[in-house]
Amino acid sequence: MTNEQLIEQLSSAYPDAVVKQGSQYPEILIPHDKMHTFMQKLKSDSAFAFDYLVCQSGVDYPAFIQVVYHLESTTHKHFLVVKTNTADRETPALDTVADIWPTAEFHEDEIFDLLGITFNNHPHLRRLFLDENWGFPLRKDYKDDIHVVER
Amino acid sequence: MGAIIEKIITTDEIKTDEYLVNIGPQHPSTHGVLRLLTKLEGEIVHNVEPHIGYIHSGIEKMTEALSYPQIVHLTDRMDYFSSSMNNEAVCLCVENALQIEVPERVKYIRTIFSELQRLASHQLWWCASGMDLGALTAFFYGLRDREDILDILEETCGARLTLNYIVPGGVMFDIHPNFQKNVKAFITKFRKKLPEYDKLLTDNIIFQNRTKGVGVLSREDAIAFGVTGPTGRASGFSCDVRKHHPYSAYPYIKFDEKLGTDGDSFMRWKVRMNEMWESMNIIEQLIDNIPEGDFALKMKGVIKLPEGEFYQRVESARGEFGVYIVSDGKKNPYRVKFRSPGFSNLFTINHITKGWKIADLVAIMATFDLVIPDIDR
Repeated sequence: MTNEQLIEQLSSAYPDAVVKQGSQYPEILIPHDKMHTFMQKLKSDSAFAFDYLVCQSGVDYPAFIQVVYHLESTTHKHFLVVKTNTADRETPALDTVADIWPTAEFHEDEIFDLLGITFNNHPHLRRLFLDENWGFPLRKDYKDDIHVVER
Repeated sequence: MGAIIEKIITTDEIKTDEYLVNIGPQHPSTHGVLRLLTKLEGEIVHNVEPHIGYIHSGIEKMTEALSYPQIVHLTDRMDYFSSSMNNEAVCLCVENALQIEVPERVKYIRTIFSELQRLASHQLWWCASGMDLGALTAFFYGLRDREDILDILEETCGARLTLNYIVPGGVMFDIHPNFQKNVKAFITKFRKKLPEYDKLLTDNIIFQNRTKGVGVLSREDAIAFGVTGPTGRASGFSCDVRKHHPYSAYPYIKFDEKLGTDGDSFMRWKVRMNEMWESMNIIEQLIDNIPEGDFALKMKGVIKLPEGEFYQRVESARGEFGVYIVSDGKKNPYRVKFRSPGFSNLFTINHITKGWKIADLVAIMATFDLVIPDIDR
């Protein structure tokens, strides 16, 4: 499927999602409560068949934390960027996609560790790199008086 | 008496308790500071839980305070055997965002350097994993031949491992006058050496018994777990970024993507051995045709990316390396995420080692070619 066809199909199927062509790949912003069913459709629908989760990253913004999924289909070779925002920054939570792509389990561990998003229904959420009582360093308001030197 | 012995050796009645063994953090077969919490029953592996973060250096956090040319230097410290490819990923991402095209000469030099590093990385993997399996001679053979590549790299850019050679807009210096001559001499020499590698280990029956059929990763699992690079290709997952999303000088040359079928440890081994031949083919196609011209574009003193998000993927020696930059238009990025191949590859280990013996765990780890700073970042 070409990028244009992909955008057209997605925007007709999901009228409440924001679909646009980004600088490189098609991008879709999906509400967090519809994210899990949407992701399941992306994987199982043979027209999309996004079976390879390339990269999952968290980005901290002033009002919410965004999780970005880079997806590729190994059969159709098309690429899609899916974004979801958490409802707030105080108790950010999203549904896990580890049941759809097993690799997400560990990417989500990392996001939980560094940004503090809890993932519902995650099989084994744990801090991957840091201590239990450490803060969330990739948040913009993170303060560390011992390890960070401010110029 | 006989009856007692018979009773002892019926396996159904011998039941040992499960127990936990820590492999690492300091253990030679983990190739760095990785701890595997292993649940064993006798010699049989029931569960492997990787514990990482011993050398987590917060590179993604550090990048938020650095400028783009400075970030390139940090990427060397992740997968230090693919530093050239890591440098290239960040530089391509910055160049794509600024929509600039580097000179043809730069593309050729970058690709030759990446392939030389891939060769050096595979040589080190070959000798180290030979040692993991108990073949010490391989270690000396591999390091001896790798030295030639490191000398070539050092002559041009002054460093042997953390090259810092590729910078946004080009490369840091032009290639050394002896570069082409030395590379060609090395390839002629290494083409004769590589069959020795096969003779020593690949054709060795003890080695084959240790690796054939051990730790099979199916194609579906490879895709689901995001296993890329030679490890994923051994399972038949066609994931070579050089082939599917060509960058630098890869569109100009002919090369094969080496795919395997079985997905076992031996196939992972074979794929990497074949890739060494292919890397030499790639270098030979490029080395005589490096176009004349500038080795770098004149870049602004302060590089500012336009507002937006940029993703760049390259093929490092271990698999798909990705850089995701979110820019808010300032000289520092808003957020940088590195998709490291080792991270995704490591976490399949629990899935495929279940039911194998603990010695097989070492064989499987050896053929996964893990580099821990690449995982911890």
